[in-house]
This record gives sequence, C-alpha cells and structure tokens, in this order.
Amino acid sequence: MLWLMKPETLPEKIGMMLFAIAIFALVMGLVLAVVDRPNLPKWVPVSGYLGPSLVLITFGLLYPGLLTIKNSFFDENGAQFVGLNNYVRIFTDGQFLTVLRNTFFWVALVPTVATALGLVYAVLVDRTRFEKLAKTLIFLPMAISMVGASIIWKFMYEYKPAGTNQIGLLNQFLVWIGLPPQQWLLTPPLNTFMLIVVMIWIQAGFAMTVLSAAIKAIPDEIIEAAKVDGVSGMRLFWWVTVPSVRPAIIVVLTTIAMGTLKAFDVVYTMTGGNFDSSVIANEFYSQSFVQNQPNIGNALAVLLFIIIMPIIVYNVRQMRISEGER
Amino acid sequence: MSQARTVRMLAALASIGALLATAACSSGGSATSAAPAGTAAASSASGECAAFASYGDLKGKTISVFTSIASTAEAQPHIDSYKPFETCTGATIKYEGSRDFEAQLPVRIKAGNAPDIAYIPQPGLLSTLVRNNPGKVVEVGAAAVKNVDTYYDAGWKSPGTVDGKYYAVPVGANVKSFVWYSPKAFAEKGYQIPNTLDELKALSDKIVADNPDGKVKPWCAGIESGVATGWAATDWVEDFMLRTTTPENYDKWVSHQIPFNDPAVVAAVDKVGEFLKNPKYVNGGLGDVKTIATTSFTEGGLPILDGTCYLHRQASFYQANWPKGTDVSKEGDIWAFYLPGDGASKPVLVGGEFAAAFQTRPEVQAFQAYLTSPEWSNAKAKATPNGGWLSANKKLDKANLTKPMDQLSYDIINDPKSVQRFDGSDMMPSAVGAGTFWKEMTNWISLDKSTADVTAAIEKSWPAK
Repeated sequence: MLWLMKPETLPEKIGMMLFAIAIFALVMGLVLAVVDRPNLPKWVPVSGYLGPSLVLITFGLLYPGLLTIKNSFFDENGAQFVGLNNYVRIFTDGQFLTVLRNTFFWVALVPTVATALGLVYAVLVDRTRFEKLAKTLIFLPMAISMVGASIIWKFMYEYKPAGTNQIGLLNQFLVWIGLPPQQWLLTPPLNTFMLIVVMIWIQAGFAMTVLSAAIKAIPDEIIEAAKVDGVSGMRLFWWVTVPSVRPAIIVVLTTIAMGTLKAFDVVYTMTGGNFDSSVIANEFYSQSFVQNQPNIGNALAVLLFIIIMPIIVYNVRQMRISEGER
Repeated sequence: MSQARTVRMLAALASIGALLATAACSSGGSATSAAPAGTAAASSASGECAAFASYGDLKGKTISVFTSIASTAEAQPHIDSYKPFETCTGATIKYEGSRDFEAQLPVRIKAGNAPDIAYIPQPGLLSTLVRNNPGKVVEVGAAAVKNVDTYYDAGWKSPGTVDGKYYAVPVGANVKSFVWYSPKAFAEKGYQIPNTLDELKALSDKIVADNPDGKVKPWCAGIESGVATGWAATDWVEDFMLRTTTPENYDKWVSHQIPFNDPAVVAAVDKVGEFLKNPKYVNGGLGDVKTIATTSFTEGGLPILDGTCYLHRQASFYQANWPKGTDVSKEGDIWAFYLPGDGASKPVLVGGEFAAAFQTRPEVQAFQAYLTSPEWSNAKAKATPNGGWLSANKKLDKANLTKPMDQLSYDIINDPKSVQRFDGSDMMPSAVGAGTFWKEMTNWISLDKSTADVTAAIEKSWPAK
C-alpha cells in the first residue's frame, strides 16, 4: 500500500483518487447515518454538521490567514520583526503608490460601468423579439476564462509600426481613418483603462443576467399603475425600475467589486504588471513568487483583505435584506 | 422520515461500493507498477563504466531532479544524459520539469518536500533559498568539489557560493556577449565585423546613412518576457559595464560594494542608451524606441531575416529562436560576432544554471558529482543532437557539439584571453535582480525615464542586509 502515499503511474493515481473519494463518502455516510438519530444529545448533530467545515476553514483559511498577517510584520527572511515597515513601504514607495492608484481606478470603474451597462442593456432588450439572442451575446464573455479573454483583447490592441499590416483591430480602425497606430498597452495611465475595458467586457454579462431577472420580477401591477399615471421612458426607468431592483443592483455592484479587487489574470496576461499597470493582486504575486519578497507580498495580501472586508460585509447584509423582501 | 432513512441507506451503500471499487483497483494498480528498478545492468567495472566505479553500487536508489526545463524537446536530452549513470550505477533518476519552477521550489522546500537535486537558473535565487531556509540546501560533497576545481574555470565556482560556503555546481553555460547579424547581408553591403565598440558605433552610423528613409535601422531589440520583462535590457547593461569600466568594478557593482547609481554604472547605462534609446538606431522593422518594451525577446532579432534590421545583441541561446530552415553558420543567413570591447581585452558575459542538493544521501552526492564530471558534459552534448547546449567543463569535447554556434561559444569560453563574468542581475538579490532591475530598465525604455532616476530607484530598492 506504499504507493498510496506516492502514486506515480496513471493507475496508481486513479486508485489514489478513488481511495480519497471513498474515504470522503465513508465519512459523510457515517456522519449522515449517525447525526439523524432522534435520541442523541444536541451537540452530536451540531458538531457532526459543523465540524468538518470548521476544521477545513480553520486549517485551510484561518490558520494561513493569521500566519499571513503575522508574517507581514517581519522582514523578507521572516527572521526580524520590523513592525509596520512593510506597510510603510507600500504607502511611501512610488512603485507601490502607482499600484494603489491603479487598483483605485479598477474598483471605481469596473463595478459601476459594468453594472450600468448591464442594467441599461437589460432594460432595453427586456421583452423584445431578440431578447434571447441579445442576452446570449452579452453573456458569452462570461463563459470565457479571464486568461482567454485577455489574450483575445491583446490581439485587439496589438501594435505594428505604421506602414505595415496591422494585426490589431483597434489600430486598424485608426489607420482607416488616417491616424497613426497607438501602443495601447504601453503608455500609462491609458494602459490601465485599456485593461479595465477587458474586465468590464467580462463582467457586464453577469450584471445583465442578474438585473434582467430582477426586472422581470417587478410585479406587472406596479408598471401598469405607473403607466396609468402617465409615466414612461426615462422617468419610468429612474422612478420605477431602478428603485425596484435596487437590492439586486447593490449585490451586483459589490460582487463585481470583489472580483475586481482580486483581478490578477487580466493584468498578468496582458502586461505582466509592467508599464505602471500593476494592481494589488498582481503585485502580491510578483513580490511573493518572482522577487522572493514574500513578506511585502503578505502585507499586500493583508491590505487587500482590509479593503475587501467592508464590501463583503455590505454585500452579505444586502443579500439578507433582499432575501427578506421575498 | 422514511425518505431521510432511504437517503441514509443510499449514502452508506455508496460509500461501501466506492471502498470495494478502490480495493479492486488498488490490487490491479500495484501489480503493473512493480516493473522498473531491476533493469539496470550488473555494474561490471569494464570499459564505459570504469569512470563510474567511484560512485559505488546504487542499485534500487532513486534520485529526483527538479528543473525549470519543461518542454519535451529540451527536457529529453537531459533525461538521456543520465543514462550512462543509471546503467553503470543502477540508480534511477526521476526528472521533473516545471515552468513554474521559481515559484514552486521555495514552496516545496518550506513544505519539507524538496527535490534531491534542483537546477537553479539564477545564483540570486540560490542565495535567497540558502538564507531563507537555513540548513535545507546541502553543501557540495567532496567528490563534486574536486571535479569543479579540476574541470572548471575558477570563475564558475563563485556563483554557487553563498556566504563563503559552496552550495551549487555548474551545469549548463551560455555566452551572452554576442551580436547576431546576417553574413549574407553584410557581404552584400560590404560591412565589416567591428573589432571595437567605437567601430560598432561607426558601423551603426553607416547603416543609418545608407538608409536615409528610416525604414531600415541598424539595431532591433525586444525585452518583453511576461513577468520577467526587462531581463534582456539588463544583459545589455552588464555587457557594457564590462566594456566601459573594469571587471573589478563589475564585481563590486554586483555585490553592492559600490551603489547602483555609482557614476561608473550610470556611464554604462548611458552607453547602452546610445544604442537602445537612439531613435535612429532602433527598432528596425518593429517601430520606435518604445516598441522594444512590448516586443517579445524571442522575436526581437527576427527583423534581420526581413532585412529591416542588421544587428541584434542576444545570448548564444537565441539560435533556437530562428525559424526552421534558417542557416545559422559563418557564411549562412544568420551568424553572430563577439560584442567587441576596446579591442585589447576580451570581457565575456556568461550565464548558466547550477545544481544544488537538498539531501546528504550518498546517491545524491554521487549524482551531483556525476553532473560535474566530463562524462556527463559529453553525454549531454551527445544527447542534444539539435544543439543549443554547452557547459563550461574544460574536458567537454568540441567534436561532440553539433551546431557551429555552440562551437563558437565553446571557443569563446575556452579562450585563454577571455575574462568571464557571470550575469550580474542573476547574482543580485531577487528583489533587485528579478525585480527592480528588470522593472526600471523597462521603464527606462517604455516611459523614457532618465538613467539617473532609474539607477537611483534600483539603488533604493536594494535590500538592507
């Protein structure tokens, strides 16, 4: 049975996988079988249901999390306590300040623009003949991985010198209208906005889907009553539709904001964080794994955690409110 | 209630079924896997195996090797080069290549899952590993040290040394001081290979004068390389440090005995700027100066083939990037000349990877010694029929190198006049050598940041010891 510890061939690996699944099934079967018995003291089912996930959260999330926070106060060898030095560096070093500025642009723009586009689009196509097709088109980018989307857009922005054949669509447009081709991904801060466009492209579909469902859930009576009162067009949108789907809008905004703060793939694939286009998540990876400065990386991770925390709290509370309304 | 019971029964049944399936599968699996190990030939110390006698009988022992060389085309020659060792000693070498090597290795060491041997591409990473994981990297054994002292130039020992202790032995080598050009195009225009840096500049000016429309430029370059963007520019700086100041100053610069923004360094970077930031000189076939930052280093020299550029400074390993069918030889489509200095001295910038051990087991020590032996270097050269590989082992037989380019590199490495220095950014602490040096050189080109600002920013980022 030694091979179970170190599987090498394919049959051994599959055997190992089945073994692991079997253990999981056995444990879960046991827990289910035991916990449901009526005459047990209350703590048995409680710990049976909560225990496994508590153990997993403790060792998979809580312990590494605390370790990260602790390590962020040490120097890069993990030997010397340096207090807040790593944080001070992040907030004073020009390189990191650029990262923070870029992250701010990302969080400010991606959720708002993606949600706004999704909302307008959802309203426009609602109950039209092409609704299904139109929604599919916007939703499709969601099905592509972030890296895939980034590569597609890298080609969109591709630059070839003036006078040669352009590969990138955007530069080809410029050439058609008689302008010189541009290095879209090279010039800061423009490049950050070019990257943000990619993220919006991916996220707008998500916003559109959720908001469209919310719009369909508005009772017809409300719309009809509003119409009877003579409201239509923009006023219907601002005074009836938007307030009715407000909880959904907030959930979408905060969910996208969280995804944006964690945005790593787009930056990593398209610029590698070069040309002043890095964001916190990418810089965290680069410091930890490329430059071997894990504790600056830790400090960045903690910073990300602190920024993301209030959004998560707000998101959960809003979800509770919107669930309570149903 | 009854429904809950059914669910429970089903769950229990399913888990039993899964368990049975595992048991059945496990007996089948272990039966097929017991094959290898015994295949090694009985180590009769005759003929080919004579040189391996000192390693002893290692039958049934396994040594794991972890490297950044992951593509089959490049990894297979490595695996093949271990065959003589495996046949003669009976040991099994387990090779594993990962593109994510630099990130994975520290994690595996921290997790207590270090490989027996790892090929470390940058000495800077070695010193970080040694300092961050005390006691984990094992000092080189006596047999391997003796080999390195006998078969390698003294300069190849220092990159594997951290804080006075010797940790890693040289494996592969490459020569970085090359300028690629097209012999055919040179012959056509009557251009001569320059013998000094001034002649190189004069040649560049002549090419500019010969192409007044600006469509053809003398130099082309590319430094884009994902997260590692900028390294190609750091090689330029290192090469020019060796040519604008003394090798002693170079050593001081690398070990931070002089600051990064020392006037000598600033002068070297400015000298690079006379080429790389000169809009008349670059970026042939690719656009303006800034396109250097977005052009992949693998594509940086290709315009030479189109005739839109004449010169491209890049290491010997660039030969792998020419399209299939390109004749890389002295009279062919593409060849390289030594990046000249003052004409009298012959400074050479070299790079390479180093093998460090993480276990003291005798078979691991024996294998590390094998990597430093002439047997291995020659076996590796023979196992690499497509070329693109070289070691600095003095006993490597030139006849075993198939490609003319590798033979040219061999001649330069073994030239008694050459003064070799190891790639500086690879030896600096990772925060600089794999961080700000790359980044700031990229900014120097893409944002046109001044040399003073760039060198000052790198100096500021040097970790306090």
